[in-house]
Amino acid sequence: MKSFPKSSVILLIVAGLCILSAVYFPIWRIELDAPQYPEGLALLIYANRMGGEVEIINGLNHYIGMKTLHAEEFIEFTVLPYIIGFFGLWSIATGLFLKSKKSVLVLLIVFAAFGVLAMYDFWRWEYEYGHNLDPTAAIIVPGMAYQPPLIGFKQLLNFGAFSIPDTGGWLMLLGGLLIGFVYLQLSGFLNRSGRTKSINTLIFLVPLWVFLL
Amino acid sequence: MKTKVLIFVMLAMAAFVFMTSCRPKNAGTSVKGDSAVKSFVAPGQYDEYYNFVSGGFSGQMSVYGLPSGRLFRVIPVFSVDPEKGWGYSEETKPMLNTSHGFVPWDDLHHVELSQTNGEINGKWAFGNANNTPRLARIDLKSFKTAEIIELPNSGGNHSSPFGTENSEYIVAGTRFSVPSDYANGDVPISTYKENFKGHISFVSVDKESGKMDIAFQLKTPGVNFDLARCGRDKSHGWFFFSCYNTEQANTLLEVNASQKDKDFIMAVNWKKAEEYLKAGKGVKQKVKYAHNVWDEQTHTGTSTIKNEVTVLDVATLKDICYMIPCPKSPHGCDVDPTGEYIVGSGKLAAVIPVFSFDKLQKAIANKAYDGEYGGIPVIKYEEALYGEVKKPGLGPLHTEFDGKGFAYTSFFVSSEVVKWNIKDLAVVDRVPTFYSVGHLCIPGGNTRKPSPKYLIAYNKITKDRYLPTGPELTQSAQLFDISGEKMQMILDFPTIGEPHYAQAAPAELIRNNGQLKIYPIGENKHPRVAKGESESKVVREGNKVHVYMTAVRSHFSPDNIEGVRMGDEVYFHVTNLEQDWDVPHGFGVKGANNAELLIMPGETTTLKWVPDRVGIFPMYCTDFCSALHQEMQGYVRVSPAGSKTPLTFHVGKQASSEEKPAQ
Repeated sequence: MKSFPKSSVILLIVAGLCILSAVYFPIWRIELDAPQYPEGLALLIYANRMGGEVEIINGLNHYIGMKTLHAEEFIEFTVLPYIIGFFGLWSIATGLFLKSKKSVLVLLIVFAAFGVLAMYDFWRWEYEYGHNLDPTAAIIVPGMAYQPPLIGFKQLLNFGAFSIPDTGGWLMLLGGLLIGFVYLQLSGFLNRSGRTKSINTLIFLVPLWVFLL
Repeated sequence: MKTKVLIFVMLAMAAFVFMTSCRPKNAGTSVKGDSAVKSFVAPGQYDEYYNFVSGGFSGQMSVYGLPSGRLFRVIPVFSVDPEKGWGYSEETKPMLNTSHGFVPWDDLHHVELSQTNGEINGKWAFGNANNTPRLARIDLKSFKTAEIIELPNSGGNHSSPFGTENSEYIVAGTRFSVPSDYANGDVPISTYKENFKGHISFVSVDKESGKMDIAFQLKTPGVNFDLARCGRDKSHGWFFFSCYNTEQANTLLEVNASQKDKDFIMAVNWKKAEEYLKAGKGVKQKVKYAHNVWDEQTHTGTSTIKNEVTVLDVATLKDICYMIPCPKSPHGCDVDPTGEYIVGSGKLAAVIPVFSFDKLQKAIANKAYDGEYGGIPVIKYEEALYGEVKKPGLGPLHTEFDGKGFAYTSFFVSSEVVKWNIKDLAVVDRVPTFYSVGHLCIPGGNTRKPSPKYLIAYNKITKDRYLPTGPELTQSAQLFDISGEKMQMILDFPTIGEPHYAQAAPAELIRNNGQLKIYPIGENKHPRVAKGESESKVVREGNKVHVYMTAVRSHFSPDNIEGVRMGDEVYFHVTNLEQDWDVPHGFGVKGANNAELLIMPGETTTLKWVPDRVGIFPMYCTDFCSALHQEMQGYVRVSPAGSKTPLTFHVGKQASSEEKPAQ
């Protein structure tokens, strides 16, 4: 078995800690601003709950008949902390015990797949809330849906919605990038000799990262 | 011949031009070109200072921004305010209770901002009631009147609410001497000299809660106490009160109280008074006064009638008070930032005397007295005098300080502000005011560290300054830039009521003091709160109907109420469920004999309503709260006395075919 460099062990542990931190820090945020809210409103998504001005946003959404947001209606908030915890520990375990290029690749692929799935799930909920509107709502704009952007900015009536990762999300992304870096390091991509070999893997991984970003 | 006529005409014209140009310049010419820039605060920008201005006979306190002169808020204090439900809602009625019962009006003259180490701390503003003697404390996190205490043994609390360097005490000196509440008051008015007494209250203020208490009262000879200032820094522990009518006249005071060449500034050693109090020298006297406290959790005021006050008699307890002669009928009595100079402004005097605290101490040590006045030693005038400002102007009233060695005195009669040097007592500048200035304000002007950028003059007369509005004209404030050597007028703005004294504080100090945005609904301990729509209900208790109502954008719950009968008293306890800044709801119901409610987010407020006839009564939200504000309405059905209409209530239930409206 090839030697597993100490730097990779450290990077995998750091990656694990980054991922674990997402259990505590907000992962995503949707910022809303309107003429009446110059100070802005924020909806924060944590691993296990929603934060920010949820009640105020719920209050405002009743005009357009959007369902009110309640943490207990999302199964995600129950399982997400465990999944994130699992990935964090997995990364640390890979560095401390598994110590192989292959194990790093498996971790990388599964974690990336999780990222994609999570984003799809997030989009699905946004679609659901944005389209499933009360027909007796006070304000009905024909053809108008209120799905917030998955990432980036979108104007929804008087509200501008801006959706971006928050601290936890950025740290998870950083964790994923670190794992990817370790893999490249192990495949020798960073040395001249191993570069060609790794290109194939990279071609496979790039679309996933782009999607996650 | 023709030439001669021409020369004559030309000479006549020249003379006319010359003579008219000799006329004093009018108001317009005293404004310089860059004044607009100096007072301009662009839309959306904040002002540099909060200005807390007494509302005089409006009984309220107003809040302006400086240098823009924009009005932000009128805080209801001593007078009812139907716009805000103050004095009309069941919760606020106790705040205006006194030993005379509910008093809906008063006259707020002076403002004092709380201090720590002689600097403004941004916690509270105090105001005085000049008619039914009271003292109010306003919380500067909520801009709401938090406490009002009545002052016994007093008639007109004018010499108030001036405070000590750490707001240990706020004083309240009676303007009218009257027979003590604990003595027989049914005496001939002509027995003023023997039966009328002055009382000065020292009201303690709790450092944390701000809770007020009358620590003690000083009983003095019968005179009129006018204004007061605490000693600061080296003179901390002393208080100075101007008194007039030392002639002790009881009628036609404008003549009879203007006879003596000198009245007094009374110097009070309040640390000494504290010692006497500790030694048990105070006499507990039976009196009656109201103490009203607002509770931010129950959103309710409570009025307690108290029956005792401790009085220290300054005629028998020596070393508390000393009289400093001061020409003539002194009004303002102001202490400079170093605490050394005490400026007396005799309304009818031709000079401004400046007294020295050090000389006063020496005079007391050497007993340099000139007899007694009502048992109080009178210091020899020259022994306390630092010097006099000669020919300063006519009718000096009040003095503020810039901390750079200058004093600014207002002159009512000559309608001007005069800047003079405290050390050499020389006048260095004077500017006209429009017209007849009363009080002055420099931000922090009564503290150890004034902020000498602006000076505001509060005028009594405006005449031609604004567009006319019939016989009653606005009063005004005028803003001067005093950052340079010469004072420069930069703005003129109208005020509410009549502005007397005002104070100003840096905007940051107030803005960052933990400003309240909402009341957390979870902390609402109102006995009839409904913390959610599911808790809204209507309950009959005999002939009293209690509506536990909620308000949220954009409906009330319940909004249909039936089963109210003639003879009922209906209490709408409206809880604003919003937890968002700047979303108040209002509540009005047809025929209400009181006012509206204005309910802040998380607050519960009660309106009492006694229906006067059978029928349907609309109710609605009075504060434009949302896009569907106009839909925020409901109905109350009133049936005849003894009617069998059941008590029902709901929101959102439309009449169906089975549910025909009762006939």
